[in-house]
Amino acid sequence: MLNYDLVVVGGGPAGMAAALKAKECGVNSIIILERAETLGGILEQCIHTGFGLHYFNEELSGPEYAYRFIDLVEQNEIEVKTDTMVLGISADNVVTATNNQEGIISIAAKAIVLAMGCRERPRGSLNIAGTRAAGIMTAGTAQKYVNIDGYLPGKKVVILGSGDIGLIMARRMTLEGAEVKMVLELMPYSGGLTRNIVQCLEDYNIPLKLSCTVIDIHGRERLEGVTIAKVDRNRRPIKGTEEYVACDTLLLSVGLIPENELSAAMGIEIDPVTGGPIVGENRETTHKGVFACGNVLHVHDLVDYVTIESQIAGEGAANYILALEEEAIYVTTKGIDGVRYVVPQRININSDKDVKLYFRVGQTYKNAKIFLENNEEIILSRRRPKLAPGEMEDITIKSEVLRELPVNSELIVRVEV
Amino acid sequence: MNKEMVCVACPIGCSLVVELDKAGTILSVAGNQCKRGNEYAITECTAPTRTLTTTAKVLGGITPLVPVRSAKPLPKGLLIESVKLINALKIKAPIKIGDVLIANVLDSGVDIIASNSCPKM
Ligand SMILES: Cc1cc2nc3c(=O)[nH]c(=O)nc-3n(C[C@H](O)[C@H](O)[C@H](O)COP(=O)(O)OP(=O)(O)OC[C@H]3O[C@@H](n4cnc5c(N)ncnc54)[C@H](O)[C@@H]3O)c2cc1C
Ligand code: SF4
Repeated sequence: MLNYDLVVVGGGPAGMAAALKAKECGVNSIIILERAETLGGILEQCIHTGFGLHYFNEELSGPEYAYRFIDLVEQNEIEVKTDTMVLGISADNVVTATNNQEGIISIAAKAIVLAMGCRERPRGSLNIAGTRAAGIMTAGTAQKYVNIDGYLPGKKVVILGSGDIGLIMARRMTLEGAEVKMVLELMPYSGGLTRNIVQCLEDYNIPLKLSCTVIDIHGRERLEGVTIAKVDRNRRPIKGTEEYVACDTLLLSVGLIPENELSAAMGIEIDPVTGGPIVGENRETTHKGVFACGNVLHVHDLVDYVTIESQIAGEGAANYILALEEEAIYVTTKGIDGVRYVVPQRININSDKDVKLYFRVGQTYKNAKIFLENNEEIILSRRRPKLAPGEMEDITIKSEVLRELPVNSELIVRVEV
Repeated sequence: MNKEMVCVACPIGCSLVVELDKAGTILSVAGNQCKRGNEYAITECTAPTRTLTTTAKVLGGITPLVPVRSAKPLPKGLLIESVKLINALKIKAPIKIGDVLIANVLDSGVDIIASNSCPKM
């Protein structure tokens, strides 16, 4: 059995930032376990720019952003095992992993940071009728084919779902010579960042059809076309609006799901809305000494926020290891009236730090007001010119205010127009 | 006349309102959260630019491709032509992040650089 103070599961931006912060806080025995060949996570295939504007004040591509952290991990001599897949974590924090060289390894850890990221929702969870023809894949799979393996998976493309990966791939495949016919979105608004709609669709005259979906798939061996239709308010296809679109490729960009099989298997409580663990302000899960950050906790659209959150988790893990944790007295957080979720889900009022609450809304708002309330009293309110489901928002509560909150009470975040 | 646009200079995507006079001269920009938004509105109304990101072929590297990008935003009209030039490249490994692969592409004054490293096989 190997022994480390801190084991980090996943070597994407979240895992690397957490490990670096823990090191900076005085933890020396750290190991990062990563199942891929290299560190960097999903950033390695995100070759577009738009990373780092907040954290580095520079616009970087995904690999460039990752490279800065890979470099720091090396400089700080943090141990890394790549090609190593974590299989399970026991209730007393023993991590079981496997790789080609060592077979099965067991590592006893004082603290663990979960940073496994997320994966794309596959076709199976969508329920589209029709054949099992080739040419249907998630947008992220297509991204890997084009950007890493160097081959174009199709020539005539329809994209279902307006998540960021789908939008980015619309531009990417157009630049590589494919004809991207349209992007379909079931909801009346896009799930992606506005900037991606402008520079990935509008720049290339690719239509975005809102309140539309694919209802049938045609083709035997290879996809030949799809039938699309408009949907009503209850997202049911409207009769008479069906239209046939010839295409050889259908990309799905219908959302991401945090990868929490490991967390759930060890009994960590999962928030049904985020799909990630329930955490405190230091990103500690309901299992003592186990922390979570990045896309495994909730899906982030900006890697800069992943880095910041992961530093909080890294510091939390360090405080746990060095026995510097404050005694915990919690208040819980909750989103209502249009606020879908709030992270962290609970806050230790003894934590002596200002706490940023991150949240997402369920629809678009213009000129909205955000309220933070406790026991029907307004603690603070903030005006926002616009709110969109695709964009994470935050509001900060000061430590002085936190300390005065009644034990076990609820902090409510809500929107009003 | 007011023109509405979304700042694409960063992923926050502020909604901008640009006030123009009849001749198309910019009178004011509102809605931006930082000064890059102001610059964006001005270039978008006069000569729109975009950062280009794509991949180039590598010979003898550990990966068949290396991601590349324009070091600075390029005029929108040059994007497709630049991709054609990049697709014709075959670069010998090793490549270091930041290496200039095409200097001054299409006389734009902007270089095409590698946005990741690619060691030799
Ligand atoms: C297509 C796309 C476009 C994006 N565009 C932008 C953008 O323009 N700007 C921006 O700021 N952000 C963008 N993002 C968001 C940003 O890239 C992510 O939020 C960020 O990469 C998440 O980091 P992470 O470390 O949580 O997850 P990941 O990067 O997914 O890393 C998780 C790592 O954990 C490893 N892992 C998982 N399970 C195990 C296991 N059992 N054992 C060992 N290792 C494991 C995985 O291999 C992976 O390397 C984009 C994301 C995508 C997918
Ligand atoms: S104005 Fe500034 S903050 Fe707003 S989108 Fe543009 S660059 Fe980002």
